[in-house]
Amino acid sequence: MVDVGTESDLLRWIPLLPLLVAAYHGISIGFLRRPTPPRVAAVVSCAAVLLAFVLSCIAFRDLLALPANSRVLVDDVYTWIGAGIGSSALSAEVSFQLDPLSAVMILIVTFVGSMIHIYSIGYMEDDHRDDKGIQRFFCYLNLFTFAMLVLVLGDNLVLMFLGWEGVGLCSYLLIGFWYSDSFNAYCGSKAFIVNRIGDFGFLIGVFLLFGALSEIGHPAVSFAGIQEHFDGIVEMTIAVPAWMPFGPEWRLVNVIGLCFFLGACGKSAQIPLYIWLPDAMAGPTPVSALIHAATMVTAGVYMVCRLSFLYAAAPEASAVIAWTGAITALVAATIAMAQNDIKKVLAYSTVSQLGYMFLAAGCGGYAAAIFHLGTHAFFKALLFLGAGAVILAMHHEQDMQKMGGLWRQLRLTRWVFLVGVCAIAGFPPLSGFFSKDEILIAARASHVPGHNWLYGIGLATAGMTAFYMFRLWYLTFCGECRAVADVRNHIKDPNGFVLNPLRVLAFFSVFAGFAGLPQVWGDIISIEESNSLANFLTPVLAVGELHAIEHSQELWMASWAVAAALAGTGLAWLSYLRKPRIPGWLAANLSGPYRALFNKYYIDELYDVVIVRPIVALSDRVLYRIVDARWIDGIGVNGTAHGIRAFAANGLKYAQSGLTQSYVFFMIVGAVAIVSYLLR
Amino acid sequence: MLPMDHVIALSAILFTIGVLGVATRRNLIVMLMSIELMLNAANLAFVGFNRIWSQLEGVPAIDGQIFVLMVIAVAAAEVAVGLGILLSMFRNRDSVNVEEVNLLKW
Repeated sequence: MVDVGTESDLLRWIPLLPLLVAAYHGISIGFLRRPTPPRVAAVVSCAAVLLAFVLSCIAFRDLLALPANSRVLVDDVYTWIGAGIGSSALSAEVSFQLDPLSAVMILIVTFVGSMIHIYSIGYMEDDHRDDKGIQRFFCYLNLFTFAMLVLVLGDNLVLMFLGWEGVGLCSYLLIGFWYSDSFNAYCGSKAFIVNRIGDFGFLIGVFLLFGALSEIGHPAVSFAGIQEHFDGIVEMTIAVPAWMPFGPEWRLVNVIGLCFFLGACGKSAQIPLYIWLPDAMAGPTPVSALIHAATMVTAGVYMVCRLSFLYAAAPEASAVIAWTGAITALVAATIAMAQNDIKKVLAYSTVSQLGYMFLAAGCGGYAAAIFHLGTHAFFKALLFLGAGAVILAMHHEQDMQKMGGLWRQLRLTRWVFLVGVCAIAGFPPLSGFFSKDEILIAARASHVPGHNWLYGIGLATAGMTAFYMFRLWYLTFCGECRAVADVRNHIKDPNGFVLNPLRVLAFFSVFAGFAGLPQVWGDIISIEESNSLANFLTPVLAVGELHAIEHSQELWMASWAVAAALAGTGLAWLSYLRKPRIPGWLAANLSGPYRALFNKYYIDELYDVVIVRPIVALSDRVLYRIVDARWIDGIGVNGTAHGIRAFAANGLKYAQSGLTQSYVFFMIVGAVAIVSYLLR
Repeated sequence: MLPMDHVIALSAILFTIGVLGVATRRNLIVMLMSIELMLNAANLAFVGFNRIWSQLEGVPAIDGQIFVLMVIAVAAAEVAVGLGILLSMFRNRDSVNVEEVNLLKW
């Protein structure tokens, strides 16, 4: 058996608490049909997540007490799926595992989660669309927290997949939360369907991995088991048809890695599956902050880091990840520059930052990816919640062209928002600066083909990030207010439930970067081992081969990053504050590129024509009208019924003669037949 | 002592008589009696096999006897139902001939 680590019965309660509360909400509105008063329901939900956070802290303390190389806590609850024997036996346990990687994740999930739960009390208060709305909302939110915690705490791929699907389901439910508007329901379905494509890849990856491990006689689905026997399958290849590129044999680890990455593309909104995330903004803003910025969408990054030993052995798959991430970061950043909906800008910014994380992971900088994941969780949650506060103040107006000048009225929101903007733009010493810097260094130092290009793309994206974030800031908070007078006269900061989480998140957006302070900065202020996050994560993450980068060069790269951020900020300042006519002039004179950006490169339309419509046509004309209606329903279902009816009406009915003697005769014949069969 | 194959042979003969009785007679009372004959043939076989079992194992077994008690109880219940049907049939039709009860057919 694999060395499993130290037992701890505490772990199961971390996901279980939110699940119990979600079940309570579900029963009270679904079965008893007696909704709890909204305030009570909300407080119970918040308490569950806060308690889960406290338990996470305790578990984290227990973990830190262990020696650095054996920091694993396990909680084996029961065997969930046990099937087969010998070399193909599958045993999936419901077993939770806390190692440094999942510890970082649960702290982020429960902490940011509790902030957003508290925020939701204030945000959802004025939602009177239906009487059990609030409780339904918190039910889904807690269910999501449960699923996310299962995803990160599960010690095997099957349990991880349960969480993976669970968060997808909750995402769907919450995007379509205001389902009476059919557009929201459409967006929810879109998110779910696009995610299914990714999940398909994830499943194929699991099957391939399990099959390969069974082949060498060590079937395993737990991460520890896979890692232990992984050496046996590294050299495996699979034959591919002659017309496939890079044939005739592909390395299995690359195929498995790419399958898993397809899953990550779906969940974490990477090209080609990123299209659902901007539409997911149809959900309530706290949902956008929790699920579509801070936690769920980072699941793909977490998964790649969790399987880092696999990707470290699959350089080709890693290169694909790095390049996909970089291109996604760039494309999404360009789109974000031309959006007018405040949440859409943030959504594309999220896609772009997730691309950054994959860039780091693909380059072997797994610790940098997790670092950015953490800081991004703080500042992006802050930005979304801040945007939510703005939206509340503007009476649910999301178009930035109808905002402006909010600086005067939103006296707290303006500061926390500015902190978020500076953090994501990467100004030192805010958190985004350090984590972005780590990623750029990882890209520069990696052995991925074209790694200098990756670095360049990352740097350009950093500049664009600063540009679109400050564009958002200037359009929203500066200049003259462009809202109608009725709205303009009633703008004020929202209540304390909304503002206090903003304060907390702003604090962490500023200081979270110091958890993973790169050594080069540690040396300057003479702290040894300053990158405590990376050191903490080292035992669980694989280390890619990297070029050596000197400290002086690192400082130069940091300066370049700051210069890019400053350039972006300056451009935004120039074109949206100093000379507000520039954007209009650009849009008029460069209408082609502008319209491409404004319409998101027409990717949705392209997918619609190339994929959606052919599939719909095939489903409707062939699968539905011919296969389903004629073959399955016509021949299979109705055909059987008609056939049996005809047979019974014309033949079988005569068996019921009404003559007792004949019944007895058939009984005896039957009994004799059965007995003679048994005695054969 | 009585050889066991005689007991089993008697049981088989009784059972066959019962089957033939049910299959050939038209009188419902006789049919019920034939069913009883079959049940008791089975009882006899149970007892006989129980004895064989005891001799083979060398320890006294009672499983067969217990089954016989079960069968007797079931047979009693079956006779109660059967005679009930028979009575109501006689009241309605003035007859116990099953050939005259053939209303329920196609």
